[in-house]
Formats: sequence, C-alpha cells, structure tokens
Amino acid sequence: MRWYWIDRFLEFESGRSAKAIKNISLAEDHLHDHFTNYPMIPGSLVIEGLAQTGGLLICEHGHFEEKVILAKIPKARFHCDAVPGDTLTYTTNIEYVKDEGAMISGTSHKGDQLHAEVEIVFAHLNDPRQGALFDPHVFLRMMRLLGAFDVGHAADGGPLLPPPRLLKADDGDGREHTSAKD
Amino acid sequence: MPTKDEIFEKIQVALVDALGVEDDEVTPEATLVGDLGAESIDFLDIVFRLEKSFDIKIPRGELFPEDILTDSQYVHDGRVTEQGLAELRKRMPFANLDEFVQNPVVQDFGNLLTVADMCRFVESKVEVSG
Repeated sequence: MRWYWIDRFLEFESGRSAKAIKNISLAEDHLHDHFTNYPMIPGSLVIEGLAQTGGLLICEHGHFEEKVILAKIPKARFHCDAVPGDTLTYTTNIEYVKDEGAMISGTSHKGDQLHAEVEIVFAHLNDPRQGALFDPHVFLRMMRLLGAFDVGHAADGGPLLPPPRLLKADDGDGREHTSAKD
Repeated sequence: MPTKDEIFEKIQVALVDALGVEDDEVTPEATLVGDLGAESIDFLDIVFRLEKSFDIKIPRGELFPEDILTDSQYVHDGRVTEQGLAELRKRMPFANLDEFVQNPVVQDFGNLLTVADMCRFVESKVEVSG
C-alpha cells in the first residue's frame, strides 16, 4: 500500500495555496473495513490528504530543507460523508510559517458542497541528530507524480520548478535514483 | 485600541480554538499547562493566534523563554539558579514568579503561566484603552 492520499494537484501556488483532488474508489480496501456495509472514506484519511496537500506546500516553501511533520490538528469538522464515486477537492492555504513550524487551513469539497474543514499545525524538527525524514528523490517523485510542476507557480508567478536540492537526486533522464531503502 | 476586557475576550477565543477547551474553563487564574492542558506545540499555535488577533509580532521565546531553561548557565541539578531567576524576571515581567521562586524546579516551570499573565503580556504589546 502506498501512502498517497491525494491523486493530483490542480493548483500549487508557492508560499500561498494548493488545491488537489482525491478520487474515492470501491477498489480501496480500507473503505470496506471502516463501517460494515457502508464504505466511506474515514475522516482521518481526509485529514491526511489535506495534510499532504498543505504539507508539500510548506515543504516547497522551505525548499524541502526543513523536516516538516504533522504536529497538531486544532480543528477538524466534517459536514457529510464521502463515498465511492465521489471526488474530493482539497484546498489548503498557508496561515503562517515560522522558524519553529507552520499552520495551514484547509477545506474538502464534494462539488460545491462543503465536506470538511481543518486547521493543521506542522512542526519543523531542528534536532541535528535527526537525519533526513525523506530522501530528496522521494519528494521529487511525489511532486512529479502529483503533477505539482505541471500546474504550479513560483512566488514570482513563473512556472514552479524543482529546487536544485531535489534535482541533484535526479539522474538527468527523468528517473530518480533509488536507495537501498526502496 | 482594545480595553482590558476585550483583550481577555480575544485571548479566550485564541485558547478555545488552540486548545479545544470550553469558554468557561479559560479564567484569569487558569494555568495554560496544568488547567488547560497546553503542550509545547500548542505554544506555537497560541502565539500565531495572538499575533493574528492583535496584529502584533511575538518573537520566539518572548512569551515562554524556554531557552533559559535549557541553558546550563541558568540551570543546575534541575533547578533554576539565582542568575536564571533574575533572567526570568527580566524576560517575563508579565508573569508572577513569586511561587515558582520558592522552589524553582525546572519541571514545574511549564505550569507557571496563567491566562492573566498572558493578558498582561498582550497589554504590554498593544495600547490599552480605559
């Protein structure tokens, strides 16, 4: 199982906001175990999807140099269920970024209907004894897979480009280096 | 220019939103850690909400000077030294340190800050009317 809880970015505005979609399918095993005979996406995985949408936005803002972890969810409100066949649109906005961490606010919509609202706080781990949480090529692969560079804009309005730190992990022909952990 | 009551009300909203507590739990005497259950990550959240609500800047360590408590110059055998207490008084004029000074165990410091202290802290950063 791969820990991707969004399918594609629709928008990625560096330092400001990001929008992504999550298509819910009956083929997802976990839907069948949440409530018997009532497959629906668990709220926790909606929050994870919003955290991935906003978390990558925070990571990109820091040029993928900060170790960004989900630290706190001050607010999570769900207004309806989302079931197989639904497409959720996750919209996240950066509320603040400080040395110690960052916060995003986010919404999930089913079409025009508000499905969920969240606030998520991320911490920046600054313990030098803590190694990298992800290899650069993992970020590069995620950002490419999710189409962030296809739709994204840098802070100056130009196209969003992978930062040099991530490109160093690229082997130059569009594939990423793999590590022993893969 | 807010009144003291308005400052308290805004702080109450910030703490309710950040800590998930009820309005009536946020009394002036309530301690942030002991009574309202704040943890270290909550201070980042609280500081942001205060900055936004009052349009002020709160540099790291100004409200909660954790750097003093991790500095061997100011802490010995788990207790804040006289020099450390002097530094705390200088950095936290808004807080009542009288009780803490009686037995300055670092571990107990987190439970020092009250809602009233936070009100005094904000009052020192904004112009108060009335």
